[in-house]
Amino acid sequence: MTSTEKNKKYLLTGNEACAEAAIQAGCRFYYGYPITPQNEILTHMAIRMPQVGGTFIQVESELAAINMVYGSAAAGARTMTSSSGPGISLKQEGISYLAGSELPCVIVNIQRGGPGLGDISPSQADYFQAVKGGGHGDYHTIVLAPGSVQETADLVFDAFDLADCYRNPVMILSDAQLGQMMEPVVFNKKCKPNLYKKDWALTGADGRKRNIIKSFYPVKGELEKFNAKLQKKYRQIKAEEVRYEEINIENADIVIVAYGTCARICKEFLKKGQSLNVKVGLIRPITLWPFPADIIQKVSERVQAILTVEMSAGQMVEDVRLSVSGRCPVHFYGRTGGGIPTPKEILKKISEIVSVREKVTCTT
Amino acid sequence: MEAIYKTPKTLIDTPTHYCPGCGHGIVQRLIAEIIDEMDIRGKTIGLAPVGCAVLAYNYLDIDMCEAAHGRPPSVATGIKRVHPEKIVFSYQGDGDLAAIGTAEIIHTANRGENITVIFVNNAVYGMTNGQMAPTTLINQKTLTTPHGRSEKNDGYPLRVCEILSVIDGSRFIARTSITSPKNIIKTKQLLEKGFKTQIQEKGFSLIEILSPCPVYWRMSSVESLKFIDKEMSTTFPLGIFKDWESRN
Repeated sequence: MTSTEKNKKYLLTGNEACAEAAIQAGCRFYYGYPITPQNEILTHMAIRMPQVGGTFIQVESELAAINMVYGSAAAGARTMTSSSGPGISLKQEGISYLAGSELPCVIVNIQRGGPGLGDISPSQADYFQAVKGGGHGDYHTIVLAPGSVQETADLVFDAFDLADCYRNPVMILSDAQLGQMMEPVVFNKKCKPNLYKKDWALTGADGRKRNIIKSFYPVKGELEKFNAKLQKKYRQIKAEEVRYEEINIENADIVIVAYGTCARICKEFLKKGQSLNVKVGLIRPITLWPFPADIIQKVSERVQAILTVEMSAGQMVEDVRLSVSGRCPVHFYGRTGGGIPTPKEILKKISEIVSVREKVTCTT
Repeated sequence: MEAIYKTPKTLIDTPTHYCPGCGHGIVQRLIAEIIDEMDIRGKTIGLAPVGCAVLAYNYLDIDMCEAAHGRPPSVATGIKRVHPEKIVFSYQGDGDLAAIGTAEIIHTANRGENITVIFVNNAVYGMTNGQMAPTTLINQKTLTTPHGRSEKNDGYPLRVCEILSVIDGSRFIARTSITSPKNIIKTKQLLEKGFKTQIQEKGFSLIEILSPCPVYWRMSSVESLKFIDKEMSTTFPLGIFKDWESRN
């Protein structure tokens, strides 16, 4: 691939679409280290960055990658790094510094099975790490979870805009399934690298007051004040940037909450599973942070139960339970270590929920 | 009457946080003098490390950036790749550069990154009250080597210039000290050469400066300077280890 045309369809893996979308969105500084299942991002960047006059460095470590991102972000450029579980863990110190210095950048996690070296198959077990901070200190990254190759590309564009808008790191939380599979994709979003003025960036203090990029506040009271400013920003993001997709939730008896690969499987289930006596709907969070708590709270007031489906031992389900606050039962179905839930397994789980509910109804 | 020795424009007139007898103030003043003399204030970007010199931006009136412990060479790389026409330097201590940041400094040199590294070696972790550094001398007492550094338990002082000088990407590597006016003048010349290496796009340069830490060496300022001249300079010989201008 040497360039892309608007509205033309390309058949790409999620990883290639992610890399190409970053270039189309104006990212010219990419730093990465090989790790499966995200290697296609590096390969694509190695070919494409020189073509567009950008920088690609295969670094000596994930620490170097995230800190080069820190440097390029501080210098005012659109910049990105990508990895998978173990590599993302190594980047966490840097992500905390990026959040603490309010630097915009995009970090891609193509999740694989864990803990430890785990395996290279799809997983959603890095949810806590992504949405609860991951590194040290009180901070959040904005976390976007695509559900297709097309949405991966679209969310990468949005990620750069959101990062610049809020001066905050944005994470794309995908997985081995979405990264490796091929689907048609169109690059029709606009590149908006100059949407927000970066008068805070390091460019040399020629004819102006110097700029300092820092997260160190040693004078008593200063750090608390800075944290209050960060929290105010996070409240604004929570109020304005929540995104989700809903399917058939209006008259649903049971609503499934699932994101990414799991949401795709649940959609398949919805298509096939209409032989059930209950109506099932789906809420698919697209932003995992900020979490779509309000809509989940709203449906919990009228549905009989909520089922969360994840490729983890139960992580997002905690945020679902917080949103529901006991208004209805919250069930969980998860597979770990590379296991992927099947529509059949989801049907079985829903049947269990229905039969338990009927028993309860009979006895009361 | 015209003042012939005055505060450099780039040096901010503010009380110092450095301890009595510390070398950081001397080195940072030299940087300010060079920035003024080369007239590069408007295009220089500096990196402050984790350690005593994290507040270097309180003294140098230029665009500056903090970096996580050990990572200034990577952050500097990220800045320099965006602004290749700007002059980017990292200012680092021995724990930052030679312990937690060993991988970063070696690979930044190996890429021949066109930046200048100012490496202040005082053989001790100052900001955390004086623990062993990778450059602590054999038998030197610190909080974590109470009976003196033992090669058996703690290994040997790491000679950074010697290591970097065998890396192809290095262009100018030198070690100096600030124990006398003569050595301070020499240090300034070497720092100028480091900046010149970058301005002429020759590649990676590093100047190691042996610098006193009287408080955590438990010595007087005068004893500290003697310690550098007699002890430190034996383990860490002064000189130029690599120079793109020399034929060797």
